[in-house]
Amino acid sequence: MNLLEIENLHVSAQGKEILKGLSLVVREGEVHAIMGPNGSGKSTLSYTLAGREGYEITAGHIIYRGEDLTLLAPEERAAKGMFLALQYPVEIPGVTTMNFLKAALNAQRRARGEKELDAISVLRLVRETAASLNIPEDMLRRALNVGFSGGEKKRLEILQMALFKPVLAILDETDSGLDIDALKLVADGVNRLRAPQRAMLVITHYQRLLNYIVPDRVHVMAQGRIVAEGGRELAHELEAKGYAGFVKDAA
Amino acid sequence: MAAIQETRERVATVGEKYKYGFVTDIEMERAPRGLNEDIVRLISSKKGEPEWMLEWRLAAYRRWREMKEPAWARVHYPRIDYEQAYYYAAPKIAEKLGSLDEVDPKLLETYEKLGIPLHEQKLLAGVAVDAVFDSVSVATTFKAKLAEAGVIFCPISEAIRDHGDLVRKYLGSVVPVTDNFFATLNSAVFSDGSFVYVPKGVHCPMELSTYFRINASETGQFERTLIIADEGAYVSYLEGCTAPKRDENQLHAAVVELVALDRAEIKYSTVQNWYPGDEEGRGGIYNFVTKRGDCRGRGAKISWTQVETGSAITWKYPSCILRGDDTVGEFYSIAIANHYQQADTGTKMIHLGRNTRSRIISKGISAGRAQNTYRGLVSVHPRAANARNHTQCDSLLIGKECGAHTVPYIESRNPSARIEHEATTSKIADDQLFYCLSRGIGQEEAVALIVNGFCREVLQQLPMEFAVEAQKLVGISLEGSVG
Repeated sequence: MNLLEIENLHVSAQGKEILKGLSLVVREGEVHAIMGPNGSGKSTLSYTLAGREGYEITAGHIIYRGEDLTLLAPEERAAKGMFLALQYPVEIPGVTTMNFLKAALNAQRRARGEKELDAISVLRLVRETAASLNIPEDMLRRALNVGFSGGEKKRLEILQMALFKPVLAILDETDSGLDIDALKLVADGVNRLRAPQRAMLVITHYQRLLNYIVPDRVHVMAQGRIVAEGGRELAHELEAKGYAGFVKDAA
Repeated sequence: MAAIQETRERVATVGEKYKYGFVTDIEMERAPRGLNEDIVRLISSKKGEPEWMLEWRLAAYRRWREMKEPAWARVHYPRIDYEQAYYYAAPKIAEKLGSLDEVDPKLLETYEKLGIPLHEQKLLAGVAVDAVFDSVSVATTFKAKLAEAGVIFCPISEAIRDHGDLVRKYLGSVVPVTDNFFATLNSAVFSDGSFVYVPKGVHCPMELSTYFRINASETGQFERTLIIADEGAYVSYLEGCTAPKRDENQLHAAVVELVALDRAEIKYSTVQNWYPGDEEGRGGIYNFVTKRGDCRGRGAKISWTQVETGSAITWKYPSCILRGDDTVGEFYSIAIANHYQQADTGTKMIHLGRNTRSRIISKGISAGRAQNTYRGLVSVHPRAANARNHTQCDSLLIGKECGAHTVPYIESRNPSARIEHEATTSKIADDQLFYCLSRGIGQEEAVALIVNGFCREVLQQLPMEFAVEAQKLVGISLEGSVG
């Protein structure tokens, strides 16, 4: 089943057109990699999917689980199983990580008409999940992302992904700024979440992440469009040739 | 006709964001409008006060006649006509009450709606409550249990009659009758409030709490609170405040005096949620309050914590006089102003003794078209060797039309003093909001979460059972501030 259908998507931010007719189909259970040089519109795509303010769709459409995605507010998208792991996770001083996770979990449950979890159940669930991802407990007691290292921030994103059990997870340059050990940890977490009913969109600049998260499909993005598509071997081709050839083709 | 009624009710419910905005229909006894010596005499005689108290009030009244309303605060409001207000209103009660059972059930209902624990279940919460309705104290719970420990907790009107010596010794000793326009007015016309005395070496066995409620219209409320912690004693006291929604502005001018003797500690917390006025700035309470604590003995400590979310105007500077050597003063404040609210609040730390320490943490949040001012004084006197102060003043702005102002005054007349002042101003960042939204947390909950995080250091100072209430209040106060 098609989980996500993007067709001829045009998006402008701050008056400038960034996505210029992007099309993409993601089916249940698939892992897609989107690769592209800086400025190709990768982050704009992830923000547009998550519903961030300031990204205006001027043409095209996005169908998510059979619904027009653009009619949903960002928090509704989250409740309906969309998750965006951010390239730069945000700090919220004074709000403990545990508290934040509880607020998010219960907000999503409320929106779906499910019963909220009490504090004890949340505590247990978060602790167990964190332990399975090798996340130390003291991280949960600290203010959200405040003073976290780059690796800690990314692991917290993966922890959230594991807790929310999304239907479509978008990982926006989750590998950026990570050393090889942290990269392995993150990739490990992601791989464990691969499931037949869960699709993933892994956005990255570098091929190296794809050594650890092996995609079903690879898309190359340049100048706001998908310019090449293929299996995992396309990533290796890119690594060898660089983006230059693809970018030229697009122009 | 029925349809009109229904529509009206519907509209009323929709507009109802201030959930304490109801009015209790209760028979009231009121003194005539305006203020003169006869009204002062009437109040005093209603209370069955001794002669010295009446004289004290009259002296205050005569002084007040000569005084001018202060104009230095960053708040703007139409002139208050003191001749048009009522200065005394009380639920009509034929006889003095022996127990809670004799209190007007409607009054108890009001307190139920406010969620105030007046009945036995409250024993579990371990909170002793004194409730002041308009100007009269209605019921004090757990008197017996407190009496066992030797703690006196009663309406101040009762204390004036039954513990005259104590009241006479301490009343006006921290906030003199001549202190300022509003305090002097209060001294002349206060009709009730709470009195606490914790004897030497006693750790008060429960949190003490007073809920203040303004119900009658066009009535000023003037409570007077006096708390004395004798040598080595400890007490934690909390006050909560609500008022009905009315289009007119109502005056609230309270005075709170704290006295901490040698090694005594007083922790005073306030959750102030007076009606703030509507979204257009109509109505709301004018809150002109004088609160001051005197660390009179060596090693005493006074700690103020306040969560100010209500009132159209807040004018309030809970202060500490660090008179004894080695005394400690603390001020933790959250002031939230939304819509057209104006808050001018802060503290004064007066270092008189040696090795005195003070700490100020102020969190101001402005939204809508509100103006929020922190105004504080740290003053180190020549004798106060090794005085220390740390002040941290953070402002958070939500939206483009509000304002935050910080006015710190620092005076040091001792070269060994160390005074630190830190201040920040920030906005809720778009990326913080988006981060929350993308995790499924809706806009208003996200704002409440971020603001509660911003206030965390102060919320942590509140007694447990009130911290939760205060967190919710922070969220409610900011509803409609984004989006």
